[in-house]
Amino acid sequence: MTPAALLLALALLSAGAFWIGKSRSLALVGGTRGVRNLHSLPSHYGVMTAMWCALPALLVIFAWVGFQDAIILRLVTDHLPAGVRDLPANELSLVLNDVRNLVAGNVPAANVSEAVRGAAAQYLQLRGVSRMALTVLVMVMAVGTIIFVRGRITPELRARNRVERVVEWMLIGCSTIAVFTTIGIVASVAFEALRFFQHVNVFDFLFGTSWSPQMAIRADQVGSSGSFGAVPLFAGTALISFIAMAIAVPIGLYSAIYLAEYAHPKFRTWAKPLLEVLAGVPTVVYGFFAALTIGPALRGWGESVGLSVASESALAAGFVMGIMIIPFVSSLADDMISAVPQALRDGAYALGATRSETIKQVVVRAALPGIVGGVLLAVSRAIGETMIVVMAAGLAANLTANPLEAVTTVTVQIVTLLVGDQEFDSPKTLAAFALGLVLFLVTLALNVLALHIVRKYREQYE
Amino acid sequence: MNKPRKTPQETQAIVESSLRRRYWAERRFRAYGMTAIVAALTFLVYLFFVIFSNGIGAFRQAEIRVDVFYDPAVIDPSGMRNPEDLHAADYQALIRASLKTRFADVDGRAATRELTRLVSGSAAFALQRNVTADPALIGTTRSEWLLASDAVDLLLKGHIERALPEAERPVSDQQLAWVDKLRAENALALKFNKTFLSSGDSREPENAGIWGAVVGSFFTLALTLLLSFPIGVAAAVYLEEFAHKNHWTDIIEVNINNLAAVPSIVFGLLGLAVFIGFFGLPRSAPLVGAMVLTLLTLPTIIIASRAALKAVPPSIREAALGMGASKIQMVSHHVLPLALPGMLTGTIIGMARALGESAPLLMIGMVAFIVDVPKSVTDAATVLPVQVYLWSDSPERGFVEKTSGAIIVLLAFLVVMNTTAVILRKRFERRW
Repeated sequence: MTPAALLLALALLSAGAFWIGKSRSLALVGGTRGVRNLHSLPSHYGVMTAMWCALPALLVIFAWVGFQDAIILRLVTDHLPAGVRDLPANELSLVLNDVRNLVAGNVPAANVSEAVRGAAAQYLQLRGVSRMALTVLVMVMAVGTIIFVRGRITPELRARNRVERVVEWMLIGCSTIAVFTTIGIVASVAFEALRFFQHVNVFDFLFGTSWSPQMAIRADQVGSSGSFGAVPLFAGTALISFIAMAIAVPIGLYSAIYLAEYAHPKFRTWAKPLLEVLAGVPTVVYGFFAALTIGPALRGWGESVGLSVASESALAAGFVMGIMIIPFVSSLADDMISAVPQALRDGAYALGATRSETIKQVVVRAALPGIVGGVLLAVSRAIGETMIVVMAAGLAANLTANPLEAVTTVTVQIVTLLVGDQEFDSPKTLAAFALGLVLFLVTLALNVLALHIVRKYREQYE
Repeated sequence: MNKPRKTPQETQAIVESSLRRRYWAERRFRAYGMTAIVAALTFLVYLFFVIFSNGIGAFRQAEIRVDVFYDPAVIDPSGMRNPEDLHAADYQALIRASLKTRFADVDGRAATRELTRLVSGSAAFALQRNVTADPALIGTTRSEWLLASDAVDLLLKGHIERALPEAERPVSDQQLAWVDKLRAENALALKFNKTFLSSGDSREPENAGIWGAVVGSFFTLALTLLLSFPIGVAAAVYLEEFAHKNHWTDIIEVNINNLAAVPSIVFGLLGLAVFIGFFGLPRSAPLVGAMVLTLLTLPTIIIASRAALKAVPPSIREAALGMGASKIQMVSHHVLPLALPGMLTGTIIGMARALGESAPLLMIGMVAFIVDVPKSVTDAATVLPVQVYLWSDSPERGFVEKTSGAIIVLLAFLVVMNTTAVILRKRFERRW
């Protein structure tokens, strides 16, 4: 059976196990009339039986499927003709790739060598054996546990407590996934980044000013050295983020103030969701908009006043990114402004301040830590934003502060280094992970700082 | 050292003289606020205007009506109706012949080639399908609407300037004349574009469709939902109902809050290094995409689910426990059903975010050019936003329209999902 069919069969068996456990418990006490003699509800006995049937079998299936491919490939490799088997590791992996492709039906059999065809046939045969063995094992386990548990069911068995303990462990397991995700991110990205730093010095990477990640295919190639100085990328990211914030902070802040302090409730109820639509539009749409409309338009304006504007200028990408970020700034600022107690405003009015004076000198100052926290969150958003810059910013790593020129960013380089065919251990692909590590650490620091500020402020008035 | 005290009259004079200025400042400040909102909303309207005005054309496609003679000598010279012969016949020749009978004055190879270029290269496949479906067609003449080439399509939609010199536009003067003639005879028209909604990707704009991407998105999202909803709800239930507040739960909470703000591309790196590099799962597969998107949406779902659980009043829990329910029974019989609408709302919003997400999917290789519509979660596939990205990179003018068309479809899905979430919230929102 294929793994999918096996899972289905296991599900059916578990349903059967539930029914067996339930009816067994009822039979023990003489039908529904004797239910009060059972420790737990009959369905608890059923669920317990089903869990015993399904969980160990599931573990076996996942472990088996996880290791099956590697073991079979090893066996197939051992049986390859001697000439092929003794090839260097990377050529051998190409051959094995051919085998896999042939098995998956991606390439016609006529296109590959005799050895590969033989290996593929052997692979298929071994896979058939392995699937058969797994099927038998799982079925025996499932049926065996059902019989075993059925024999153990007594009216005194504390089935509910057992079931609930398992459920609680599952809940705990699910809640730790967030922790494992963080560990996974740090471990995987840091591990690849460390491998990168074996090729390239950390300080050259962090403080070098020249970025051209081409590596030589042949040793004697011209311009093959490849330089990984990431300062131009950091500068480009900073420039685009700065432009974005220059658009988003004033507009977001002023709209938040207007919505919170001046707007009629009716106006507020439809203007606020409309502003938030800006945050719901996918970023590819913004990227397309920037590349199709804003970029050429800026270029046209630049030409008409005699400035030379690159068609992938930092300004276009930053401008559109700013629009995207407006709702982040405005909704957080809105929350913070609304949280300022009315008493502070009343105090200012009583001293004769106008509304705008109250807002500027009392409300905004009282809400300032929260607003700063929101802006920091927005900055981290801008730094990590990918699609807009991939589509609208350039690829050339220029070290410049001129917003009319094309610059590139950390995220753009990660995408260009990793999209397409790649070998896993060249410094070129590993560089992407080093950049990812920097990106993760910077945004993490910003988030921690921002959340800290926001939380500290919120507690002040609660 | 004190200054002499001002009389009340003097103070009043100072205040009054400054009032004008202060009221002006007030009005100015208010105007700034209004301007900011108007500016933001103008961007929104302009964005939608650009997308819609560019993309609405993608749903219509130029087609040419031609009387096609299904010539037995070309399709089935043996007369055996052998399916393989029917499949391999030169249907392009049928189109060429039909067009030549229509424009009898066309002469010479070059002119004939220009004439056949009016029709899309894929029109031959349409004829092939017709014959395969109904071999009785052979030997008859039928009037067919054939897909026009993308140059003709762009011309009809007004994207090609007729005033340009011949060398600078993709249609020649001769072709222009034919197009005008066909137009005058009502044999060239814009029809509803079924190809766009029903086929996979293609290098030719007139054959490119979004169905492959829609199916890829569907597989990815369905699997994401299947993985993230149970895990997210379980995590929220544990943290909200079972966990005691200690260091461990603090760590979990800080993690969840931080993950919610990690750039999505970093999740893509994780997927590439762990799921593909370490576990050896297939590249470009919706399976891996869904796993990455699950990690991405989990924080959103957990945070929303916890809020929904918090909103259930403690009295319900106490009543259930008082009746002798165990803690799990209390949660699964009483608290969860009451919190479910709120959890679903959060989940739908998370799914809408996942639908629009593309950066992490670029990392795990869902950017390949894939013509076939995926059939399972391990087939190579792409998703709608990535399709948008791919098309926006294409140099052909015809793809600008397709890109915007795909965006319209994407936005339509997002609107539907968000509206569902809003309705769900309105409908089931309970105040205790």
